[in-house]
Amino acid sequence: MSSTTMSDQTISDPSRAEADRQKKDDPQRDVFFVTEEAHEHGGMGGTALGFWIYLMSDCLIFAVLFATYGVLGTAYAGGPTPREIFELPLVALNTSMLLLSSITYGFAMLAMARGAKAQTQGWLAITGLFGLAFLSIELYEFATLIHEGATPQRSAFLSSFFTLVGTHGLHVTFGIIWLVTLMTQVARRGLIPENRRRLMCLSMFWHFLDVVWIGVFTFVYLLGVLR
Amino acid sequence: MDPTLLKTIFGRLTIESLPIHEPIVVATFVAVVIGGIGVLAALTYFKLWGFLWKEWFTSVDHKKVGIMYMVLGIVMLLRGFADAIMMRGQQAIAFGANEGYLNAHHYDQVFTAHGVIMIFFVAMPLVTGLMNYVIPLQIGARDVAFPYLNNFSFWMTAAGAVIIMMSLFIGEFARTGWLAFPPLSGLDYSPDVGVDYYLWALQVAGVGTTLSGINLVVTIIKMRAPGMTMMKLPVFSWTSLCTNILIVASFPVLTATLVLLSLDRYIGTNFFTNQAGGNPMMYFNLIWIWGHPEVYILILPAFGIFSEVTSTFSGKRLFGYTSMVYATVVITILSYLVWLHHFFTMGSGASVNSFFGITTMIISIPTGAKIFNWLFTMYRGRIQYELPMLWTVSFMLTFTVGGMTGVLLAVPPADFVLHNSLFLVAHFHNVIIGGVVFGAFAGINYWWPKAFGYKLDKKWGLVSFWCWSIGFWVAFAPLYVLGLMGVTRRLRHFDDPSLQIWFIIAAIGAAIIAVGIAAFLMQIFVSVRNREALRDVTGDPWGGRTLEWSTSSPPPHYNFAFTPMIHDLDAWSDMKTRGYERPVKGYIPIHMPKNTGTGVILSGISVAFAFGMIWYIWWLAAIAFVAIIGVSIFHSFNYDRDYYIPADEVSHEEGERTRLLATTPALAGGMN
Repeated sequence: MSSTTMSDQTISDPSRAEADRQKKDDPQRDVFFVTEEAHEHGGMGGTALGFWIYLMSDCLIFAVLFATYGVLGTAYAGGPTPREIFELPLVALNTSMLLLSSITYGFAMLAMARGAKAQTQGWLAITGLFGLAFLSIELYEFATLIHEGATPQRSAFLSSFFTLVGTHGLHVTFGIIWLVTLMTQVARRGLIPENRRRLMCLSMFWHFLDVVWIGVFTFVYLLGVLR
Repeated sequence: MDPTLLKTIFGRLTIESLPIHEPIVVATFVAVVIGGIGVLAALTYFKLWGFLWKEWFTSVDHKKVGIMYMVLGIVMLLRGFADAIMMRGQQAIAFGANEGYLNAHHYDQVFTAHGVIMIFFVAMPLVTGLMNYVIPLQIGARDVAFPYLNNFSFWMTAAGAVIIMMSLFIGEFARTGWLAFPPLSGLDYSPDVGVDYYLWALQVAGVGTTLSGINLVVTIIKMRAPGMTMMKLPVFSWTSLCTNILIVASFPVLTATLVLLSLDRYIGTNFFTNQAGGNPMMYFNLIWIWGHPEVYILILPAFGIFSEVTSTFSGKRLFGYTSMVYATVVITILSYLVWLHHFFTMGSGASVNSFFGITTMIISIPTGAKIFNWLFTMYRGRIQYELPMLWTVSFMLTFTVGGMTGVLLAVPPADFVLHNSLFLVAHFHNVIIGGVVFGAFAGINYWWPKAFGYKLDKKWGLVSFWCWSIGFWVAFAPLYVLGLMGVTRRLRHFDDPSLQIWFIIAAIGAAIIAVGIAAFLMQIFVSVRNREALRDVTGDPWGGRTLEWSTSSPPPHYNFAFTPMIHDLDAWSDMKTRGYERPVKGYIPIHMPKNTGTGVILSGISVAFAFGMIWYIWWLAAIAFVAIIGVSIFHSFNYDRDYYIPADEVSHEEGERTRLLATTPALAGGMN
């Protein structure tokens, strides 16, 4: 009889037994709050993840534009074809400007890691100039095309071409505005943690644009001329 | 005056743009102006402007931002429902010789505005508001990851709502249906401002939605309290995580698609036109690649709410937590693989249609698993039929029928018969009202005591609940019947008198829902008035299981005096069973973000920019665009963004709570 009572007790509170077992595994099992604040000093915290997710969402905008180009890229509507209008040497020059700007941004980040403010600023300035060169060549290319009658309105191919390449160009433009802003902030406050974080974000943005451009160069220009 | 000068200053905005020939709009305008002046005068008279600006508009507190989203959603619900009841009224009487009271021009705007407003400015704000309010509390965080961005996101959503409301009185709204399919939405067939209002309202609001999605993903991934592993995350936070992942993975597609349509309309490109190689079906594909995930963006948080409610009011741990999480993730992934079922009739061929038909049917499996999990949670539970639980039960019945008609529509041959019919209209209202709206009401009734410190009135809540639950079926069951008989959607006039009885029944249903909405407003009014009688000082009025119920109601603006440490799923329930004692001393200063007005300012300039673009007032658009960039840069020069709440202040607030808790016989720890 007494043994039944015993087992009844055990059965009646299985969660308690389970909890005791857990307590053995985890000595802090009954601690329900922390009394110290966890501080993050100088780290990227959630910003790196947040900025990555932003870049991936931006990547989807480009994905849509690439897909649109993929579908409409051969809809010439009797107008000019890629082989007729693309000038690969110009695009190669353009591409090299952007690739070099990525390298120089890398140098700026290395200088930042060393804490060398002047060098960081110098490399950032060079990066911005390469970016400007890229934009100028792109605008020259657009102007030539429009002058030749290859306007965005001419065919679905040209609509999707100008939109894809132009959206990338707009991103570079915003990148340069951002770069100038950050250079001003570094000049005023130095390489403080906030500014380092911002420079890191712009770095990710800048390299992202480089990667997208490689897609544009291959998918639009090279394949376009092959077609 | 010189017409070219006028055109430079006002673009295509003229006196004729004002809809003075539409008596319904004029009457609405007069009512809005009188009401608006009344509200503004009251705010000025009671000197509330400074209070609103300092405590609410510029607040980065996730709880206040969440409440502002809810207010926006409820206000816009009234607008969207006004459109709904106008359509029901029109269709009930417009037979034979009777043309009804809405002309085609106006009717087309009404059904477009109804869809756009209900999805983007009612369902989205309600869902986002609940996520904003609840997630940080559920995961033991003090705020979201990017508090300023959160405030900005809200104001961009509000700006989108403002733009769409402007179209009611200045110019007109789109007459294209809620997704603005080309070529109808192209410049050739919609040359006026309606589609431009549509485009810019959604683009401005879309910025807010995307940023809010990023914010909440990072919040859930990075800011969970120590010990809260992903498989100890409350279900609502899990479904919210999946929803926000869907937001960041699908809203950019909407943005890009609308940009392409804008280019077609503004500079004459040929993406979706019928000439020069353009392809309108490209738009259908792109918009539904966003559009299908969007419906899961809305329903997943509702599933989370129902899970929390079922478990709380059955007094049990949720049945099949793990399967619930996996079902949510599977739905998240599958939601990307079904978009083509929205246009089986495009003619992609048997193979493509079969693929998308099958993926669509597969989604019903994880969804069905969820229904069974809720039922098994209720099985042998001590169910308390409080209002949130009633909404949940009603959801299960309603949504299951909606899900089954969805599976029916997923069969391509059946879809060829039912495509664009009222059967489809009945189906998606069945899942959106039965799922998202009932979910929002369950959530509001469930978390209201947390947000304001008193429960909502049960009597009016019951009236609202029964009117919605019955009204829904009276309004939409006839549409199923009509759809099966072949009646298509978006018609304003009918010739066959035998159909009229069904439309009259549907209109009666809409009237019952109207009573439900009025009862809901009455419920809030009565509850505010009787707040002392409905007061809850424990912070845990329902015997809750998750962390938000461990705080006071409303929670202090720092949420938790000490960051909680988590050992188990249903952390608060675990704390209660293991004899947790609330700390009453040893407080430390708490690091918090500062308020900022930049979000409000940027939102205001965005409205000006959109207005300039819509009316071709290029100088305004240009100035506003430069101003947006300028203000953003200016804001980035402000490094002074946080402060510490002194330990004394924390000690004072927590002391108040200790005093209040002592006044109740049943302490929170004793309720489980």
